[in-house]
Amino acid sequence: MNALTQALANQTPGLNHWLVLSTVLFSIGLYGLLTRRNAVGILMAVEVMLNSAALNFVVFNYFVTPGAFDGQIMAIFVIAVAAAEVVVGMAIFVAMFRLRHSVDVNRIDTLKH
Amino acid sequence: MEHELGFALSNAWLVPALPLISFVVVGLFIRPYSAKWAGIVATLAVMGSAVMAYAIAWQYFHLYHGEDHPAIVPWTIEWLRYQPGMSVVMGTLIDPISVLLMVVVTTVSALVHLYSNGYMKGDPGFGRFFTYLSLFTFSMLGLVLAPNIVQMYVFWELVGVSSFLLIGFYYQKPSAVAASKKAFIVTRFADLGFLIGVLTLGYYGYLSFPQLSPSIEPGLAGLSTSGLQPFDFAYINSPEFLAYFAPMQVAFFGFSLLTMAMVLVFMGAAGKSAMFPLHIWLPDAMEGPTPVSALIHAATMVVAGVYLVARLFPAFAASETALLLVMVVGTFTSLFAAVIGTTQDDIKRVLAFSTLSQLGYMMLALGVSTMAHPLGYTASMFHLFTHAFFKALLFLAAGAVIHAVHSNSIWDMGGLAKKMPITHLCFLTATLAIAGIPPLAGFFSKDEILAAALMNHHYVVFGVAMLVAGLTAFYMFRIYFVTFWGPHRGHGAEHAHEAPVLMWLPLAILAVLSAVAGFVPMSHYIHIGAPLEHEGINLAIAVPASLMAVLGIGVAFFLYAGMKATARAERLATALGVIYRTIKNKFYIDEVYLFVTHKIIFNYISRPIAWFDRHVVDGGVDLSGWMTRTTGYVLSLGQTGQVQVYGLWYTAGALFVLLIFWAALG
Repeated sequence: MNALTQALANQTPGLNHWLVLSTVLFSIGLYGLLTRRNAVGILMAVEVMLNSAALNFVVFNYFVTPGAFDGQIMAIFVIAVAAAEVVVGMAIFVAMFRLRHSVDVNRIDTLKH
Repeated sequence: MEHELGFALSNAWLVPALPLISFVVVGLFIRPYSAKWAGIVATLAVMGSAVMAYAIAWQYFHLYHGEDHPAIVPWTIEWLRYQPGMSVVMGTLIDPISVLLMVVVTTVSALVHLYSNGYMKGDPGFGRFFTYLSLFTFSMLGLVLAPNIVQMYVFWELVGVSSFLLIGFYYQKPSAVAASKKAFIVTRFADLGFLIGVLTLGYYGYLSFPQLSPSIEPGLAGLSTSGLQPFDFAYINSPEFLAYFAPMQVAFFGFSLLTMAMVLVFMGAAGKSAMFPLHIWLPDAMEGPTPVSALIHAATMVVAGVYLVARLFPAFAASETALLLVMVVGTFTSLFAAVIGTTQDDIKRVLAFSTLSQLGYMMLALGVSTMAHPLGYTASMFHLFTHAFFKALLFLAAGAVIHAVHSNSIWDMGGLAKKMPITHLCFLTATLAIAGIPPLAGFFSKDEILAAALMNHHYVVFGVAMLVAGLTAFYMFRIYFVTFWGPHRGHGAEHAHEAPVLMWLPLAILAVLSAVAGFVPMSHYIHIGAPLEHEGINLAIAVPASLMAVLGIGVAFFLYAGMKATARAERLATALGVIYRTIKNKFYIDEVYLFVTHKIIFNYISRPIAWFDRHVVDGGVDLSGWMTRTTGYVLSLGQTGQVQVYGLWYTAGALFVLLIFWAALG
């Protein structure tokens, strides 16, 4: 182990570190949401964003009200909702793929016409 | 009030109300079901009006206030209030001339209604005809009874509308449609002047009213149920108001404001009474059914202009220029129309020009009189009274002839004296009356007009009026000889029959009236200003005037009685050449109007305005539409249907809002 790794290992991450991590995750998710062509990719990007939000709940629970569990419970809710959402989303995509043999969102533009 | 008002006087509103009710009931409920009953109901309503008018005349002249006939306004309703104590009212003004007109209008209207039941029989528009006639009668009575100039203006336009509707009664005929439009546009144009005159008078009346009205003798106001109002004729004609108004100047040729207002009012009067140069609509108005010509375009509506001038006579008399204009226009029209009347071939057109000429007579009578020598005022109203009867009779008799012969041209008639004896006798009575042969009605009123002109030292006017008296006799006997004497000229004339009783009965009644109307002591009933210095017949005037009439008849006999005479007339016409053709074409006045309107107004005013409208006004409207459409199109480009693009916009917006918060909260 070199010195840098040692120094980092001795550090305990603070609130700001976790928030930066959450923001980075959210931004990555948002970027993916706006740029992916594949609907499944978009769904994955949404999952990343949801997880960043769940992380926020846990982090704030830990640092702001250490004795309580509210934030953790919310995180469990988020995970549950995300799972349900994936199920519905994937079902829609499968139906769409059967209809159009593609899940490219650029070609799903009937809203315009 | 020292005298109790009788039932008729206090309910004078019934006189116009009966035709109004008849107009609504006949027009809406009876007309679709029964033509016959439409005629009966309308006729009965007008006859009821007439009876009411006679009761009013009797009560007013004989029971109320004795010899002195003050104006009273026994019934009013408030119409427009623009300030507490100042309002425009609708009401019934009873004074000598309104009673006179009321009697004339209801009498002639009732007889014309009666006649129309026969004349219009079988016409598909029978019910419509009576509806319009009722509307006209209502409007005319409202005009006659108007106590203020605003009500008069309202009804003035209403008679214009009914005249328009009735001239264009045969709306399938293009010529009738053109004539009705012509009448409407010409009179509307004149009414523009009238409106400005009304507004001028009304504006200054309103300004001066608080200051002047207390000093006006309460006798005038006390007799009106609404009190004196600034638009009332009583106020406009009051010496106090005229003294206030007359000195005001306008920056316009140095005319006084009063003169300008009165000239503008006279413009309206000249339009309605078809004075030169606004006379062009009246001959064309003969396109309407003949009873309409008799009622509206001879006896009643066209005298509304004369009535208006008489109504505002003190105001006209306060401005010498305006009164001079009335005189000049009246005199010129009477001569001008009489000259044209000598050459026309259509029997109704001759009568139309004769009407113009007689209206000119009435105008000139008003023009020559002053408040100090007011004989002309009485004479004018007298002539209006007698003229209404004999001219309505002439038209109705002409209608009976046209009905029998199926042609308007006198050269298709001839020899009708034997075929239609009653019509012939009535027509002859009216012709003698208009020619001024004693002792028929026209003689007395004409004599009074001539006396008025002579006594106020208007010798030129007197001379012209004398000449016109001769011309009148000439052209009237020209159509009389051609129509009733000589050989049958056309197929129709050979098979002519006497008119049915429903038609000749009104003729007979009017013939009696034409014969005796002259004996009404008019100067006893109607006078204004100073007491009259002349009453009865002045032989120095009556004898030459009658000689002129006899001369006219003689010339007409020489030129038109029988075949040989007609040949003489043709030779004379050929000899006169250009002069004859000019007169025959009515001095090309219509052509001048056409030139002015089509060549000048259309090309240099209407077309540029149309261009402006089409390109600038419409262009502006189009531009706003185009801008909206283009904006929508540009914005629609943002609508891609790609959810991700919408998401991008949403994110950008959210970030922008965050930035603003950040900047604001710092």
